[in-house]
Amino acid sequence: MSERSERTVRRSDETPEHPDFLWRDPEPRRHYDVVIVGAGGHGLATAYYLAKNHGITDVAVLERGWLAGGNMARNTTIIRSNYLWDESAAIYEHALKLWEGLEDDLGYPIRFSQRGVLNLAHNLGDVREGRRRVNANRLNGVDAEWLTPDEVKKVCPILNTSPDVRYPVLGATFQPRAGIAKHDYVAWGFARGAYQRGVDLIQNCEVHGFRRDGERVVGVETSRGFIGAGAVALSAAGHTSVLAEQLGFRLPLQSHPLQALVSELLEQVLDTVVMSNSVHVYVSQAHKGELVLGAGIDAYNGYGQRGSFHVIEQQMAAAVELFPIFSRAHVLRTWGGIVDVSPDASPIIGRAPVDGVYVNCGWGTGGFKATPGVGWVYADTIAHGRPHPLAEPFALERFVTGALIDEHGAAAVAH
Amino acid sequence: MLRIDCPWCGPRDETEFRYGGQADVFYPEDPSSLDDAAWAEYVFVRGNPKGWFAERWVHVAGCRRWFNTERHTVTYEFREAAP
Repeated sequence: MSERSERTVRRSDETPEHPDFLWRDPEPRRHYDVVIVGAGGHGLATAYYLAKNHGITDVAVLERGWLAGGNMARNTTIIRSNYLWDESAAIYEHALKLWEGLEDDLGYPIRFSQRGVLNLAHNLGDVREGRRRVNANRLNGVDAEWLTPDEVKKVCPILNTSPDVRYPVLGATFQPRAGIAKHDYVAWGFARGAYQRGVDLIQNCEVHGFRRDGERVVGVETSRGFIGAGAVALSAAGHTSVLAEQLGFRLPLQSHPLQALVSELLEQVLDTVVMSNSVHVYVSQAHKGELVLGAGIDAYNGYGQRGSFHVIEQQMAAAVELFPIFSRAHVLRTWGGIVDVSPDASPIIGRAPVDGVYVNCGWGTGGFKATPGVGWVYADTIAHGRPHPLAEPFALERFVTGALIDEHGAAAVAH
Repeated sequence: MLRIDCPWCGPRDETEFRYGGQADVFYPEDPSSLDDAAWAEYVFVRGNPKGWFAERWVHVAGCRRWFNTERHTVTYEFREAAP
């Protein structure tokens, strides 16, 4: 175990120096108690909490490509918990509380910056939704304020709050504890923590199929051979439907491209996160200085990790109207990820229709913020073979019972 | 941006169209015989293949007519829908 011993990584606001390695690249063993499919943020966090909270360390995390190279490398890193419905507020607030102590817990810098998030209202419907959500948030112990346009201007002076624009700012909800984190450091922190506790992180290992014994799954067929498993936990975001098909069941998911972009490095001009549902853009400024802008999903189904340019164009038009100062910035890079969207815009967490299989999917456009929270409840669900109380409302069965958690348009999400 | 071949108007930009999701999803023939699970399947579950997908589009900014086509969900390439 000496290889897995604690390494010293400088903890400060500075970027850590690149260590030799944070985890080893092992050959897969023939069998694990738990095989997690997908080494993104959720898969890594799940492995970490399986080991840390439940002492389950005979765990492999299988990754088709490289560690945290999918949506974990492509998201816009926004972290918040100001969701409308009780079930959502509970799981996202659980995540936010974990984020607040995560740097100490992982012993690794993740650059979590609680700079607040503004969700702008541009019409009467937005105003009513925002005020209602502030009240709902407060009842759930989530910090939330309603700001008038003048108060919005004080929080974010570069925002155009004049009344003569096409979509004037009529107010905003503000969650001061929201913020951003450095997504790759988050992945590396969880990976290192899981590795130190004995978890095998196996990259370049694509799952082609599953082996069953009767109703129960007994392992996975991979590009690196068969790997036996006591339990299989899917954590593959946009590719979950593909894996479910191999297992013989269908999920209420549609995979869509979701695009984002960054500008060149600029002086710090934006010290909060600004989201606008109606004009469809969300923006923050990374520590290094890039403006990070996200769009809504492309309408069509797609696994191509790219979308259509008019979506970027629309997002930029919205950004420039809200922030006239951005009109001189240049787009450095655009990209797309594949997000799995569920019918009620809420995740699906829990047992799958095949014994020994667990699903964690349907996070759509908002999975990053949940990373530690979902890792925690998913690990608990797998460890005990029953849903964690926070995961229970998000079970697949809700589509049959009708107990949906309808966050479409309710969650301040720019879908 | 996708270039989409409207069967009536010819190839046009994606911005003239709206997406309609999976093609050939029919209302149950005998609705009263469906249990909750079957309704859930009809209402919420659609194909989500990685590969060729039979889907619908509507030419909203053109002839406003619906049509079926097939598109590859990785390459985004179109081919004529199987009859």
